[in-house]
Amino acid sequence: MASSTNRKLITSTEPSRRTFLQRLAVGGMALGPGSAFLASCATGGGDDNGDGNGDDSGDPPPEVSDDNPLGIPENEPVEIYIFDGGFGDTYATDVHQPIFGERWPDVEINHRAAVDIGGELQARFAASDPPDFVNNSGDGQMDTGQLIADGLVQDLTDLLDAPSWDDPSVPVRDMLLPGTVELGSRDGIPYVLNYTFTVYGTWYNKTLMDENGWPVPTTWDEMLDVCADIADHGIAPWVYQGVTAPRYMNWPLLCMATKLAGPDILVAIDNLEEGAWGHEAIREAAHALWDLGQRGYYLEGVEGMEFRDAQGLWARGEAVFCPSGSWIENEEADAIAEDPTFELAMMPDPLLSTDAVLPVETLRATAGEPYFVPAQANNPRAGMEYMRAMISLDGARGFTETVTSLTSVVGGSEGVELEAPGLSSAQAALEAAGENIINWLYPTWYPTMENPGIDQATGALLRGAVDVDEWVERCEDVAREFREDDSVNKQSR
Amino acid sequence: MTLSTPAGRAPAKRARPHRPQTRRASDPMRRGKYLFIVTFLLPPVAVYAIYMLSPYLQAIYISMTDWSGLTATQNFIGFDNYVRMWNDDQIRTALRNNLILLVFVPVLTLALGLFFASMLNVGGRRRNAAVAGVRGSSIYRVVYFFPQVLSIAIVGVLFKYVFAPESAGGIINTFLSKIGLESLTRLWLGEPRYLIWVVVLVMTWSFVGFYVVLFSAAMQSVPRDIYEAALLDGASRFTTFRKVTLPLVWDTVQVGWVYMAIQAMDGFAIVHIMLGVNGGVEGAGDVLGVAIYREAFASSRFGYAAAIGVLMLFLTMTIVVIFMRVLRRERVELG
Repeated sequence: MASSTNRKLITSTEPSRRTFLQRLAVGGMALGPGSAFLASCATGGGDDNGDGNGDDSGDPPPEVSDDNPLGIPENEPVEIYIFDGGFGDTYATDVHQPIFGERWPDVEINHRAAVDIGGELQARFAASDPPDFVNNSGDGQMDTGQLIADGLVQDLTDLLDAPSWDDPSVPVRDMLLPGTVELGSRDGIPYVLNYTFTVYGTWYNKTLMDENGWPVPTTWDEMLDVCADIADHGIAPWVYQGVTAPRYMNWPLLCMATKLAGPDILVAIDNLEEGAWGHEAIREAAHALWDLGQRGYYLEGVEGMEFRDAQGLWARGEAVFCPSGSWIENEEADAIAEDPTFELAMMPDPLLSTDAVLPVETLRATAGEPYFVPAQANNPRAGMEYMRAMISLDGARGFTETVTSLTSVVGGSEGVELEAPGLSSAQAALEAAGENIINWLYPTWYPTMENPGIDQATGALLRGAVDVDEWVERCEDVAREFREDDSVNKQSR
Repeated sequence: MTLSTPAGRAPAKRARPHRPQTRRASDPMRRGKYLFIVTFLLPPVAVYAIYMLSPYLQAIYISMTDWSGLTATQNFIGFDNYVRMWNDDQIRTALRNNLILLVFVPVLTLALGLFFASMLNVGGRRRNAAVAGVRGSSIYRVVYFFPQVLSIAIVGVLFKYVFAPESAGGIINTFLSKIGLESLTRLWLGEPRYLIWVVVLVMTWSFVGFYVVLFSAAMQSVPRDIYEAALLDGASRFTTFRKVTLPLVWDTVQVGWVYMAIQAMDGFAIVHIMLGVNGGVEGAGDVLGVAIYREAFASSRFGYAAAIGVLMLFLTMTIVVIFMRVLRRERVELG
């Protein structure tokens, strides 16, 4: 969820779009020209089963029992769609599906993996024939807000209230880290399960810092001192995700502002309040990052670079600090592996001033990687049951071991040996943060507000093309556009 | 194919042996023939109607709905999408960029294509041939065609690295600073004002090869004796080109121009691959094709995307019609 650009794409081996079109064409010809005309009509479908919510298949609603809290039909197949990206799909086939299959031996799992989720499923949604479980992620991610607004996503309340997989006395809801249910809800109704847990912060080249005796800065003044030292060594102090995603710099920006003034400024931003972006603390944080550029502390030419090139240069020791989430270790695994001495670590963003409201350990951490059950699926109860299996301790641990990512399941990484120093440092920082976990929801609620909206404004700020006042003005313009657009489904918190 | 039929052969084709019209339309044999023809024509017409015409009509209908592309039904909202489009600054940027592509890409491509083709075919002078290509023209012929062989996706990725910053392996900037022209290095893809010109350059580069081949074919069919006559009259190379070559391949240029205009109205693949789905920094390199894709698949606004598509359809059609009319010229008949 953090960014669709944060995972490597793996080329699909099956030309599925083509086969889909072929099937469509063959189906159209077999039905004869008249019906083919209707069948090929995007607009002519009517709603034969448009209002179906899975219960109209004629089967009597299955019994809900202690063994079967969601009342899934015991011998109907379930179709699972997994995004085959940075995490691959072996965590599903080798971890979650065996757990599910052990309890439901007669439920056949039809496993599908896709790189372009939207490309494969958009037409199936329009035809009211979606699969039973979707990992809606990657570049081809469908707009979750729109799916929910169109009534195409199953309400997960029953799942959250059901007893958890391991301990019937604990409901599923309590197996998820705080904020996870909120993140997947719209208008107070839970729709999406965000299964991974991502820690955000400033990642640094620990090897270089240790070698040169540079301290990990906890205040902005210390940061500027360290940067001056680094620059004297002919290394760039900072790098960001270049032309692809300057929005990554919003994360330290908003974190530092929140530490200074408290989490209410984030609520104002999420609620699209007028003047939210003009808050003094946000201006100060924006000024700090703009100032880095004015001092020449960003890697030369980074504003014209692809994000993988920029991060690769960072991993190869050309720069020291880089904003990112805990996926970066996976993402830059190749560059990191080139140099066995290279070690990365994460630090919380420094304090702008000593009279900050929140301690320096405060972190942005949030659940990510969305999964949902389509409302019109043939077997939505089984899709929810599959989620219940994922939220088991074995499921979460298996996931963390397989893909080196934390999960949003409480206790899901306990007893797991993390062989990733970066992720371990993130986990340590998370423990140090304790209750001081912050997050903002506007990128989840209004994806195009963050990208391209705020993304472009921040890009201009970092390039030095605009100053802080103009940046605030542009961010406010973006927020106003969304506030005043009636076609946007508004959320508030 | 594009040169008009040589006058010498045409009459032979046209003048059919005159047969007395003994059969009437009511003749059963004739009716049978119509039935026969209609049976054969109907399937292709039906396929055309279903797969070509109906999508257009549906797109026009979808453009007047609020369809998200995900549901089985949609609400009719009249011209709201068109009003939204009128007020959308990003669409203006995209439209402006499409117009820049429309003006500069065809002019550059056709000019270069004509120049290269004439150099390859009629530009040289050799002892025993009045009309020949320049030295090594057979090699150039192959080289020019290389870009055409590359998939447009590869061209996009390649040029992303051609224009990248020096530290990320950018070829142009590295070359410029190696020859001491560091002052000319720019962050080509990091500055809003360069983006569309980078696209113009890349599109021209990738299309020129095709037009060289197209124009070469046309120039090959120009009779040699015309050139010999021009040469005897003391015409310079440029005059020969202007007075002989160009008029005789004008039909081909015209076809090329229309093709180019359509390609320039598109530009989707190059922009999407080189600059990303938002049209690069500040969206300054956006084109209508990318805007359609973005609205449909990133913002789930199929209705709005269809409205932009309809705008593009009408623009493309208008431009093609205008080009056909403006460029219509007296055909030169070859004797």
